[in-house]
Amino acid sequence: MLNYEYQLEEILDISGVDIGRCMKCGRCSASCPSYDEMEHRPHQFITYLARGDVAALLESDALWQCLACFSCVQRCPRDVKPANLIEAVRLAAIRPKGAEFLTVEEVEAKFAPDMPQQLLVAAFRKYMR
Amino acid sequence: MNFDYYPGCTLKTKAAGLEAGARRAARALGFELCEIADWQCCGAVYPLGKDAHAEKLPSIRALKAAENAARPLVTLCSACHHVLKRVNDDAAKNKDFRDTIARYDEDLAYGGGATVLHYLEVLRDFVGFEELSRRVVKPLTGRKIGAYYGCMLLRPSVVMAFDDPENPTIIEDFIRALGGEAVNYPLRAECCGGYISLSNEAKANELSRKILADAARLDAEFLITACPLCAYNIRKQNQLPIYYFTEILEEALDVKL
Repeated sequence: MLNYEYQLEEILDISGVDIGRCMKCGRCSASCPSYDEMEHRPHQFITYLARGDVAALLESDALWQCLACFSCVQRCPRDVKPANLIEAVRLAAIRPKGAEFLTVEEVEAKFAPDMPQQLLVAAFRKYMR
Repeated sequence: MNFDYYPGCTLKTKAAGLEAGARRAARALGFELCEIADWQCCGAVYPLGKDAHAEKLPSIRALKAAENAARPLVTLCSACHHVLKRVNDDAAKNKDFRDTIARYDEDLAYGGGATVLHYLEVLRDFVGFEELSRRVVKPLTGRKIGAYYGCMLLRPSVVMAFDDPENPTIIEDFIRALGGEAVNYPLRAECCGGYISLSNEAKANELSRKILADAARLDAEFLITACPLCAYNIRKQNQLPIYYFTEILEEALDVKL
């Protein structure tokens, strides 16, 4: 059984984000190139965490749609850094043993000869511990 | 003036053209890129977690090497540039981070004293675009070129301090210095999909095609980039060609092999 209370604390801590600063203007979500792919949008990550609903986010596919393009971080008028929060939830999701989003074998299966190493290294960083 | 140089994982193989052109152009412009010894991969993405320390050690080692050599550290790859600049900023501003790094190994104690520059910044701030334009042998006259910035060079601007994050001009100025015509298309700093092309290829294709359609609408003949991953995602669409910025630089300076 996962201890969500502990995970909430951990997520908030490693994100370095003060969710109390968010004023719900939605500019992060309006700027997000993955908006259409996310069932929980960037501004909603903050809402969920504010009410302690970590489970909804950990089980969400939205986690894997963030591109780390930093549009939300750039444009947030309150310097909340939504991308850092999404990354913290993602880290909480992939850190437990066997919880990677993509396994080494799955990455290998998707390999194409012209792929830059940069893509593979980024995938290893973002999708597995 | 010479610079320390950090190539990164992709520049010796899949993006060899990005490096080769840069080295030849540097010599023609009167500076040298001195590759630092035993560099390690930066990790391609900046680790956002506050507890990410070990992941930043390769960057710390490179930054320390440059600090010891008392030369700015130059990168060509957008991603390396992004990671190194941000880790350098962490070391300069975050005492907890510095202390933790020093606890791994005293030799890694580092205070953020290095200067990280992108090659484009060297051209703008050390060579100067006016001087660059005087050195051009074969101007790209009449070529309509779209600058593709992507994400990593610009954002977050508070750390990257590279150019205006919403309306950048450095690559357009570079194109004009080489005698080409810069096509100012609105989506030039939007994301190509980055690493999502591995897990959700359709999404990366959709984003890349939007950028290409925008550039084509304004009659760009081709795009230029500093990022191997952007080049990969954009090239895959088989719409407009995409080259590294150093490829047109060596062409204009007539130092291409």
